[in-house]
Amino acid sequence: MASEIFDIAIIGAGPGGLSAASHAAELGVNHVLLESSPKIANTIQKYQKGKHVMAEPGVLPLRSPIRFSAGKREEILSGWEDGLTEHNVNVRYNTEVATIGGQKGDFLIGISGGEQIQAKHIILGIGLQGNPRTLGVPGDNAAFVQYQLDDPDAYKDESIVIVGAGDAAIENAIALARHNSVSIVNRKDEFARAKEGNLNLILGAIDSKSIECLYGTTPARIDPPSDETFAGTFVLDTPSGEAQLPVHRIIGRLGAIAPRGLVESFGIEFPNDDANAIPALTSQYESNVEGMFVIGALGGYPLIKQAMNQGYEVVEYILGNKVKPADHDLLAAKFKTLPFDLDVDEVLALMQQRIPVFNGVNALQFRELILDSEVSLQRKGAVVFARNDYTNSFYTVLQGSVDIEVAADTLINSGQGNFFGEMSLISGRRRSATVYAADDCVVIETPRRTMNKLIASVDAVRKVLDQTFIVRTIQQKFAPDASIEDLLPVAEKTVINQYAPGQVIFSEGEEGDTLHFIRNGSVTVSSNVDGKDLVMSYVPANQAVGEMALLANVKRTATVRATVKTETLSIDKESFDLLLEKSPGLKARMQKIVEERMRQNIVLQTNTDSGELLSFLMGQGLGEATDVLLIDEELCVACDYCESACAATHEGTSRLDRKAGPTFAHIHVPTSCRHCEDPSCMKDCPPDAIQRGGIGGEVFIGDNCIGCGNCEQNCPYGVIQMSYKTSAPDSFWRWLFFGIGDKPGKAVNINAGENTIKQAVKCDMCKDQSGGPACVRACPTGAAMRLSPEEFVDLVRDVR
Amino acid sequence: MHSSFLSHANGRYFWFALGLITVSASAYILHDPKQPPNGGTWLGYTLGSLGLFMIVWLAYLGRRKRNFAKGWGTVRGWVSAHVYFGTALLIVATLHTGFQFDFNIHTLAFVLMCLVIFSGFFGVWAYRVYPPERNQLKKSQSINDLFLQLEEIDSQLTRLSSGSDNEVRGIVNSAIERTVIGGGYLDQLLGRDNSKLVLQGSVVDNTEQQRALDSLLEQMTRIQGLESTRLSEIVRIFGARKRILDTIREDIRMHGLIQVWLLVHIPLTFALFAAMIAHLFAVFVYW
Repeated sequence: MASEIFDIAIIGAGPGGLSAASHAAELGVNHVLLESSPKIANTIQKYQKGKHVMAEPGVLPLRSPIRFSAGKREEILSGWEDGLTEHNVNVRYNTEVATIGGQKGDFLIGISGGEQIQAKHIILGIGLQGNPRTLGVPGDNAAFVQYQLDDPDAYKDESIVIVGAGDAAIENAIALARHNSVSIVNRKDEFARAKEGNLNLILGAIDSKSIECLYGTTPARIDPPSDETFAGTFVLDTPSGEAQLPVHRIIGRLGAIAPRGLVESFGIEFPNDDANAIPALTSQYESNVEGMFVIGALGGYPLIKQAMNQGYEVVEYILGNKVKPADHDLLAAKFKTLPFDLDVDEVLALMQQRIPVFNGVNALQFRELILDSEVSLQRKGAVVFARNDYTNSFYTVLQGSVDIEVAADTLINSGQGNFFGEMSLISGRRRSATVYAADDCVVIETPRRTMNKLIASVDAVRKVLDQTFIVRTIQQKFAPDASIEDLLPVAEKTVINQYAPGQVIFSEGEEGDTLHFIRNGSVTVSSNVDGKDLVMSYVPANQAVGEMALLANVKRTATVRATVKTETLSIDKESFDLLLEKSPGLKARMQKIVEERMRQNIVLQTNTDSGELLSFLMGQGLGEATDVLLIDEELCVACDYCESACAATHEGTSRLDRKAGPTFAHIHVPTSCRHCEDPSCMKDCPPDAIQRGGIGGEVFIGDNCIGCGNCEQNCPYGVIQMSYKTSAPDSFWRWLFFGIGDKPGKAVNINAGENTIKQAVKCDMCKDQSGGPACVRACPTGAAMRLSPEEFVDLVRDVR
Repeated sequence: MHSSFLSHANGRYFWFALGLITVSASAYILHDPKQPPNGGTWLGYTLGSLGLFMIVWLAYLGRRKRNFAKGWGTVRGWVSAHVYFGTALLIVATLHTGFQFDFNIHTLAFVLMCLVIFSGFFGVWAYRVYPPERNQLKKSQSINDLFLQLEEIDSQLTRLSSGSDNEVRGIVNSAIERTVIGGGYLDQLLGRDNSKLVLQGSVVDNTEQQRALDSLLEQMTRIQGLESTRLSEIVRIFGARKRILDTIREDIRMHGLIQVWLLVHIPLTFALFAAMIAHLFAVFVYW
């Protein structure tokens, strides 16, 4: 039984936990820091040796008794260790928390192994990495079984077995195979989860026998070694029976168990099942379990500095001190220009009170949201955003009102508490209307990423946005002359449908009684020609499909399939008839669209090659592209000027690989960013360095990239590289006449000291070049072209 | 949609060049100098100055196409204009000579210019003909794909032949080891195959893998039973290997032809500049 009752038990010795424990120690609070691994900061320990760690966001001041500034992994870790010693922190390593019971003032923490610890308050800072999945076989706790690999070069001439088939397993296997005899154990018959590059590497290595692969094999147990030169014997179940492998080392790379299940078992509630959901917290980081606080990545704050500040603040809150959060001054600066004479907390409260969509958001999340947002005073007549802008942020009106120009001469006034910009937020497409300030007004602009995080964690926000989206879409696209009230019955019957990539929305020959409006994603329209499914056209978001069946009362004339993850609004026949009645011009407009589409179909049906090319392009994931580089192989002379031009205009590193990528007929899809409609790379960028914007809607990476590599891994098309900064020399005449310097377009590494880090680089569509994309402008023959998917139909018509 | 450099902007520069040719030719026909037509008449000087300006501008393409960050227009447009005005230069410069040729520095400059232009004609032809041929040859595969397939086939053959007798193994392994792809400029351009094979201890030619295939087929008549199934499999795969090698070699040949003319075009341009400076010097100082 536990003998001592701690005031504060901190679980997890990451940046947040370390900061909290040090601060508690500094103040003489009776505390304990519990860490499941044998060292502090497990996630950062796993970084590669010498990795430069950034200290974003730069504007946020650090508030912690232990040191932290941008620098090498080793320096940061040793700084923290010194901090622990200096403040005499009571830390217990190798102490894994399994259960938590009790309540505030009397928590009972169960440690794996049976011991129990009593504490009055708990701070949870366990991060999101989770614990690595173990082999789960007898003997897997042996010293030579490990679940991570810091430095592959540390092992030589060993027999190593790697268990797993993901990227981590493959990368480890390839790196270790240089100096060791390596086998890889794959439960399945293929490496289905691996990235293409890794797949080629591992298959090549297996082919050349530098790595042995055991397919369809699972670990059975780990036995003592049969002879002394090995550490143990790995017994495996193979398709041909039991196999015994003498080994020096076993490395399990089976992924991690997400911590959510554990956290829920402590009694902490998540608002929904969304994988990105974060637990609801008060502005003092307290969870629904009184006395249990959540900080750091688990609470939705992935950056080191934020977590450390929270660690400090949360200890103060537990002690009952009303410290101002570290971001107080930042918010105060943001609100300085506003016409209110209120302090920060009052302004925040006013915002939540005036703007209904933010009502249900908890104070901490709202604070974070405003920290990410821009609050601005717009003078009467100012353009907030214009139709066809590529921005996709979300706006709310705090004071005054705006005019939304949905069509020429059609202005809709939207006043205090309302929001706008939700169309582009949801569809990822360009702005569909121009918005003016109707009088001097205060608007809050929230970035898409922040809004999406909110939508994922607060159901109420999602519901309000969805309802508004439906009504406004119907009004704008189908019945601009009808009032919102008239459209409510239609909106209520409208359903939001979700489709997976490749899923059929409706098939040719079916009875059709609904129209689908694509709200995000895109679809292909295909038809059966001579027993072959032939793609005839591509329809992007913000357009309707299936209207033919409703207008002409015929069976579906084509099959419509989602190219990427797609959401549609479906409107049934009855509602559609109501719309036709309310909006007299609708029928004529729809008929025109139908006519145009039929004409297109006839052209394409007569040419099967073009249909196949269109299918190929969609198969390359170009359905979610907004602007893609294609190369006409019939014109390409392989001069590589596209790559040289890219390198010369982008610090010496070409962001496209002409030779890579597949070809169909004469169209080649090189490895290069296609500026996806809903970019996967943007989904998990801790400093929010990946942005979309500008006139071209390009997705680009800013200088505040911390080099974490998330985007590189998240991009399904492999177009992001991690690269040191280089520079492109521009010494043409000297190079030409005297051979001095490097050829234009060749990369030269800049040696900017040891604190340089690899940052993510990708195509930015030459947003900083006045003449447009350098790759296309440098192509001497006209082979390189940049297209949007809407233009593919024209491209494939050219097929000879 | 997109267009090649020849049809850039609906062939705008073709029409400009044609206009230039028409104007120059008409002027030449209408011009009636006291002396026989030559570079020294007012029209001769005019055409000469125009030609000089055109040559300098045409050569500037080499700078412009490396001007990645800035630069007016697209390189495709520049190439289009370069091709059509380069062709027009042939007429303009010929008219400038007044058809007076001799063994002197002036005619040398003219001849060099013609060589530059004709090598350019070859370049245009190569740029339009070889890329589609290469694409068709490789059936939409990349050269890397072909090399990967070759690697795969080689390891298959090595595996298969490791169970065969010494003679078969010797043929297969030495044919793989001594397969040559590429080589010198001439080898690449002519698609010459210097592959060798070790047969009964001596190194023999194995052009297009023919000798190796023949030897393997010879072995087939000798070997019976189970072993012969393996051998026929080896022969089949060897045939596929030959086809891939042929494709790679042909692709390298065409790629070489797309590029080789520049090795004539560019140095001759510099020679032309030298000759032209001598020509100008001679005309203005010694005339």
